[in-house]
Parts: sequence; structure tokens; C-alpha cells
Amino acid sequence: MDKQSMRKERIDRGLKVRTEGIYAISSSREILYLLGPRLLLIGGIILLPFILELAPYWKRVVNIMCVYALLALSFDFLANYVGLVCLGGSFFTGVGGYLTAIFNVNLGLPIYLSIPLATVGGAVLCTALLLPCLPLRGVYFAIITLMYPLLLTRVIEALDILGGTNGITGLDSFPNGYVEQYAIIIMMLVFLFGMRRFVNQDIGLVLRGVKDNDQSVRASGINVTHMKLLAVFVASFIGCFSGAYVAHLYMWAGISLFALDFSIIPIASVVIGGGGTLVGALIGSFILVPLSEILRAFGSFRIVIYCAVLTGFIVFKSEGIMVYLQRKYHQFERWVKV
Amino acid sequence: MSEKGWPGHPPQWVELCWWRGQREPLKIKGADVEILIYGIINSITLSLLSLGFALVYSISRVPNFAHGALYIMAGYITWLFLNKFIAFPYPFAIVLAIALTGIIGALMYRFILIRIRGMEISEIIATYAIGLAILEGLRWGGLRGMTFTLPPFVAGSVKIFGANIDYQRIIIVGSGILIFVLLYLFTHFNKIGLALRGIAQDERAAMMLGIDSDMTAIISLAIGSGLAGFAAVLLLPLGSIIVEAGYNVLIFAIAVCVIGGLGSWGGTVVASFIIGFAQILTEAFLSSHYQMVVALLAIIITLLIKPSGIFGKQKELEERV
Repeated sequence: MDKQSMRKERIDRGLKVRTEGIYAISSSREILYLLGPRLLLIGGIILLPFILELAPYWKRVVNIMCVYALLALSFDFLANYVGLVCLGGSFFTGVGGYLTAIFNVNLGLPIYLSIPLATVGGAVLCTALLLPCLPLRGVYFAIITLMYPLLLTRVIEALDILGGTNGITGLDSFPNGYVEQYAIIIMMLVFLFGMRRFVNQDIGLVLRGVKDNDQSVRASGINVTHMKLLAVFVASFIGCFSGAYVAHLYMWAGISLFALDFSIIPIASVVIGGGGTLVGALIGSFILVPLSEILRAFGSFRIVIYCAVLTGFIVFKSEGIMVYLQRKYHQFERWVKV
Repeated sequence: MSEKGWPGHPPQWVELCWWRGQREPLKIKGADVEILIYGIINSITLSLLSLGFALVYSISRVPNFAHGALYIMAGYITWLFLNKFIAFPYPFAIVLAIALTGIIGALMYRFILIRIRGMEISEIIATYAIGLAILEGLRWGGLRGMTFTLPPFVAGSVKIFGANIDYQRIIIVGSGILIFVLLYLFTHFNKIGLALRGIAQDERAAMMLGIDSDMTAIISLAIGSGLAGFAAVLLLPLGSIIVEAGYNVLIFAIAVCVIGGLGSWGGTVVASFIIGFAQILTEAFLSSHYQMVVALLAIIITLLIKPSGIFGKQKELEERV
């Protein structure tokens, strides 16, 4: 039989009920089918430091991986659930990092106070600074968020405040390696599953409404700006936490916290991992960051490589890895005659 | 400091006086003529830098974030032609470099952007990634330090109203005006130019009249990239070819286009005069550190007050192209 008259048919598995995320479970095997991938992810990430015990350098890479995963999570949430494309993720890391440095070095607060304070304070500050831009949409919001970290960098350089180009040094480090590692791993898992919860609640639905058609949201008597404000607060909360963590990890806060890497790698992760899935952001950064470590010997050539990967994905496989995997996992495929 | 084991350690945003070259800092308070003259030169520089970006956006609606990269690449290609291969004569190298940059822009659209046309965010990310790849690729390929320079067309300088101005800057002003006139003639009295304007004004109506939208987009990207190259060969003799300038050029181009109104030509010129003079004034009365701050603040303020820019009445037809 020639291929011309065949087509691929995709059928959802039996336990899926009409919509995403609602299942009719009838056996322990089906429970395992649903829990399997999740447990694999959680268990794998928690065990990762033990597995990498042999390679201390790579343990550090895991920290960075998780930081980028958090930033990617925040980008994914803003872009695919609220429709605000924020090209300046480094804005959040920079604000969080500098705040924690001020709390820790200048005010002498211990690390377990400075990070939470910087996270909350940074989120409030970022939200307040972004408040005037919230009526903007699409490409305009993207441009303005791209400009914010640049502006802050230039202001710090020009006014020579906050340590100028040298930055603030002498931050406390974490008590020991395991605290350092598990602080970020556990927070990442908490944020990941917390965000999954959050976007599936009523408020998540409203946020998606803001993305798809803000006029109809307004017509329903909901203040669009309030909703966007809430979303930006959540996203910058995550971003500021990772910024504060990075600052303590390197015991240093400087203008590198506003660097392009904190904006571009999370975006690339989301594109590669699959936008709108939240887990995809994690997977993307778990692929990209080790890749860029392996390519470290090439110097700036690795930026070329992951730009090429990014462009390739965005042009040829814009759904991303996670969406593809989900489709394969949740559906049968078979050839049928046309 | 920043080398302290950053995985993915960032490109430093170096403060660079890349277009002012070796000019003495303005020793002002009173030298009004100098402010005026350098203000005009700076404004025309800015409009040259942003012209390509504005043209591409107004015709094909592609925000070409690779603009700065194309600019630097054109300069580097010229340098290669002059120094690496058989030493071409300077004018020939320039023409070749501009043409090559234009072709690269066209290829970029034909093979990559054509697939994501209309998805604005994808376009931004893709062009930005391409630009980053070009710039970091050049850095990897050896474009580091201040050793890569192009010779000025005509060496020497002249005194105008007590202000020292080198001939290269006069050439910049002249060619800036010339290119505007040529583009005006091209878009008003040439069939291809008219087709470009048609697409810019109303894509559907233009397509119904048999104008190929993809073809015009390819042409617009070719011209836009060529303009980036043109600006590069004009401006780079004033400084040296450095990768960081590529990022700065992109920011300036975006600043000018946002303030003038994305997709508006008249706005581009007006906005470059506003930013150009604002920069020279801040340089004269504050310090040159604030130049970039001015541009960035201008973007943010404009977007907050009037997102469509000074002239960006998106619906008004004659404001595009």
C-alpha cells in the first residue's frame, strides 16, 4: 500500500477526560502512568547532587542551572500566560542581587533574612518600576523591558553608586555546600509546582484572558492593570529570588547581574523546552546550561552555538521539546487509510 | 571581578565613545556654535544609524534586532577587504562590503524570517539571536581590542566658526543628506520603490495589485542591511571596529525609531535630532557617561507617554515610508 493514501491518526489515551489535566483513573497502573514522569523529575533533581558528588565542578553548574530554570519559569509565566514578553529578566536578578547585597553587607543582616527580604523587597520595587509600562503590549513592552536593565547599569556606572563598576563585595556565603545546593533545588521545585497550581486556578484563567483578549476581560468588570500587576509581582518575585541567590553564591553583587545572559538564556530555554508548559522552562535550561558549560572552551563561540540552536528551534520546531514529549506520551499514533 | 567563575560570564557593556573618535571632549559653557555643529553631526549620525532599522520595520514589519550586528559586520568586511585579501582599492572595498551586507540581510529573510513572519515576538527573538550570533562569532573570530580601524576618506580637519571639524564628519553630513534624497527619489519615482511604499501602506491592497509581499520584504531587508553597512563605512573611520558598538548601535536605532514612531520616516529624522542634541547637551553640561542614559530614558519616557511615538499614527498612511 503506498504511503500517499495513509495518514497518521492521533488518539488520546483512555484516561484523559476531554480537557487537559483532568483524568479518569481506574487502576494503580494508570496512577503510575500519571505520577511516573513527575516523580522521575522530582527524584532526579533531588538526587542530582549525590550523583554529581564525584564531579564538584558540575555541582556548581547544577546551581546555575536551577537559577536559569527559575528565570525561565518567570519568563514563561509572563509570556505565555499573561502575554507580557519580558526581554529583561536580568532586571529582576539585578534588583534582587543588589538588594540582598545592601541588606547583607551594609545593614549586616544574616543570609537567611537578607535573601527573603531582598526577594519580597525586590519584587515590590520591580513591580513599582514596571507599573507605568503595564498598559503597553507586545513589541513595546518587550523593548521597554529590554531597556530597563541597561538603564540601571548605565545609571550605576555614571553615578558611581552601589560600588560602581566594582560592585559590592563581601557577601556572606551559604553555611555549607548542601544548604547552598538544596536551597535552590527545593525553591525551584516549590515554585514550579506552585506556579502550576497558580495558573490552573481561576486567577490563572483570568490572566490567560488578559493575554488573549484584554478588552473582554475589562468588559467583565475585571481591572486588567491589577491583573498584570499581580502577574509581574509573581514573576519578579521569582526573578529577584534567583538574583539574590546568585549574589550570595558568588559573594558579590555587580553590574554583571544586569548582564544579557540572565535575559537571553531563560528565553532560549523556554523556546527550546516548550512555551506555556512551565516544566519546559526547566527542561530547556537543564539542556542549555550544561551545553554551554561543555562549550566553555570555545569562549564566545558558545553564544553563537546557542543562538543557532535558539533560531533553529524558533523557526523549525516552535512547539518545543516538552509539548512534543507530552503529545507522544499522552496519545497513540497509528497509520490509517484515508 | 566578573571573571570569578561566572558560568556564562557576560559580555561587559563597555562605555565607548565609538563615534566621536579622538575628538577632544567639549570644553563648553559658552561655545554655542560647537554645540550646534556637533549637535547636527550627531543627529545625522543617529539618523544614518537608524534609517535601516526604520525602513525594514516600516515595510516588512520585521523589527530587525540584528541591525547593530550587520553594522559591525559591514565594517569588519571592509577591513578584511582592505587588509587581509589582495588589498582592494578603498572605494571598491566599500561598495563590495555594502553589497555583501545587503545580500546577507536578504538571505536572512529568505531562509529564516520568512517562516516566522507576523509572529512579532518570534521575529524579535530570532533576529536578536542572529545578531548576537554574528557579534559573538566575530569576537570569537578575533575581533577584539581597538586595533581594527578603517582609514578616513579624507584626512585632516577644518575650522568652521571656531570649531574643529574633520573632513570625515563633513562627508558624513553630506552623505547623510544625500542618502535621504536618494531614498526619497527611489520610493517616489521608481517602480520597486513605489511597490515598497504600497506594501508599507496597505499590505492587502498592494498584494491584490500583484505586489509580492515576500519579495518586497526581501528587498527591504537587503536595503536596510545595506544602509547599516553604509552607515558603518561612513562612521567607523572615526573610531575603531569593536563588537560592543554593535549593541550600542542597536539601542540607538531602537531609541530613535521608538521616539519617532515605529515605521515612520519623518519621525525618524525628527527623533534623531531630538536625541542627538539632547546627547550633545548632556555631554556638554554633565558628562559623556550620560549619553546612553539619555537615549534609554528617552525610550522609556516616550513609551510611557505616547507609545506610538511622535509621528507614529499607525493608521495614517503617508507617515510610513
